[in-house]
Amino acid sequence: MLLIYCPYCQEERSELEFRGAGDAHIARPTNIADISDEQFEEFFFLRDNPKGLIFERWRHQHGCGRFFNAARDTISDKFIMTYKAGEPKPDIGTAAAPHAPVETYEQLEGEAK
Amino acid sequence: MRRYSVFAVAREALRGHKGWDKQWTSPEPRAEYDVIIIGGGGHGLGAAYYLAKEHGITNVAVLEKGWLGGGNTGRNTTIIRSNYLYEESMHIYEHSMKLWENLSQDLNYNVMYSPRGVMMLSHNVHDQQSFKRHIHANRLYGIDNEWLTPEQAKAYCPPLDISASARYPINGAALQRRGGTARHDAVAWGYARAASDRGVHIIQNCEVTGIRRGPDGRVTGVETSRGFIGAKKVGVSAAGHTTTVMKMADVRVPLQSSPLQALVSEPLKPIFPCVVMSNTVHAYISQSDKGELVIGAGTDQYNSYSQTGGLQIITHTLDAICELFPMFRRVKMMRQWGGIVDNTPDRSAIQSKTPVPGLYVNCGWGTGGFKATPGSANLFAHLIARDEAHKFNAGLTLDRFRTGRLIDEAAAAAVAH
Repeated sequence: MLLIYCPYCQEERSELEFRGAGDAHIARPTNIADISDEQFEEFFFLRDNPKGLIFERWRHQHGCGRFFNAARDTISDKFIMTYKAGEPKPDIGTAAAPHAPVETYEQLEGEAK
Repeated sequence: MRRYSVFAVAREALRGHKGWDKQWTSPEPRAEYDVIIIGGGGHGLGAAYYLAKEHGITNVAVLEKGWLGGGNTGRNTTIIRSNYLYEESMHIYEHSMKLWENLSQDLNYNVMYSPRGVMMLSHNVHDQQSFKRHIHANRLYGIDNEWLTPEQAKAYCPPLDISASARYPINGAALQRRGGTARHDAVAWGYARAASDRGVHIIQNCEVTGIRRGPDGRVTGVETSRGFIGAKKVGVSAAGHTTTVMKMADVRVPLQSSPLQALVSEPLKPIFPCVVMSNTVHAYISQSDKGELVIGAGTDQYNSYSQTGGLQIITHTLDAICELFPMFRRVKMMRQWGGIVDNTPDRSAIQSKTPVPGLYVNCGWGTGGFKATPGSANLFAHLIARDEAHKFNAGLTLDRFRTGRLIDEAAAAAVAH
């Protein structure tokens, strides 16, 4: 069983509290009615399914209930890092370089305590 | 190839078993083949066998990065059934079932096919409606599948607890009597031996690292850990690693790889006469001829190539089994393992040409690939040899995710993975 660090609750919890939610950083086209069948297939069905580094969404279903993103290694299942939804894809190659803050709920309202 | 028979066994018993020859040869790869199959599991070896047997193409190589049947062929729970809901699935699984029935004779290799019956438990009104829908659909197609009352289910499988006070009460079951089990290793070895006998090259410890294409885009061969090997046609049958292999030819496939676990108990005397599965509480159990209870668990919820899987997945299925069969509560589990299954979005397989001429793919069997082995292999060989689909695999195209003609078995699978 995996231990997963929730970036909102700021603690490591067991996998039982979480729900995997597929690949991260996939934006739904804003003009969904206009896109071609090929573009829809690309958005809806095709995933990289990498052997190695994957970026994916998780939901802390039995905790804070919030979605966040994670970078994980699919060979060892080790989590490299987790980060809040809305933050840009971290550059894992350079040890997760710091980036400018993004406009998230926490930034506006403060961290959950 | 020296045929196996009772006379051969008797003769060798008298000679101290010194006359058995190797089951298959391990030749050096040729410079070029008519067809290369990537993946030496049941599906790949079977496809090579049927290419040689039914289509007269014997200049074939099967490339396997590890050892034969070391992937999902050796990691499944060996269940065979064909009671699927949709016509496309019924076609291919029933085709497979018919091949299973004579496979030992066809290959001259005992695959220990045992039609002991596959029983699916119904726990509530929804299960009952769903199973009866399956039964009617199957019978219209000519596939056996019947409804049992709880008492009939108990008579068919005595260890079952059907009391009203059971934690998961049973209101009936669907039974496919022709369903059952087979010995998974023997399927890989039997196909390998029969294919090798017909001239197919079986090359183990040979990992494909690239797919080479000519100026017209057509496949010309594969780069491997043992050098370049030319090929007019390449068939990919690599289960959980299909995405990785297809990337070498710049073809994206709609697959997600995740671990599916199985486990076996210590060996017991014959106690469990059939295969039982329960979709609702996730139980999946049979007894091997060695005596071990063979139990199938679910898939993990995340992509992984780790071949392990989480402990909570197997405890979940053991919880259900201990409630359905209270007599197994003190049985010790002996071994656990995981195989990497390739699931498509609609949970139906892909057996198709690809945008790259000369490249064919057989994948997406997900959690149900073993039972499909002979049928899948047979139809994949047809697809490669004739460059067109058989009517039984015509629906399993790669482009159905673009056209929208999905085969939505997701809700129709035996257990909720």
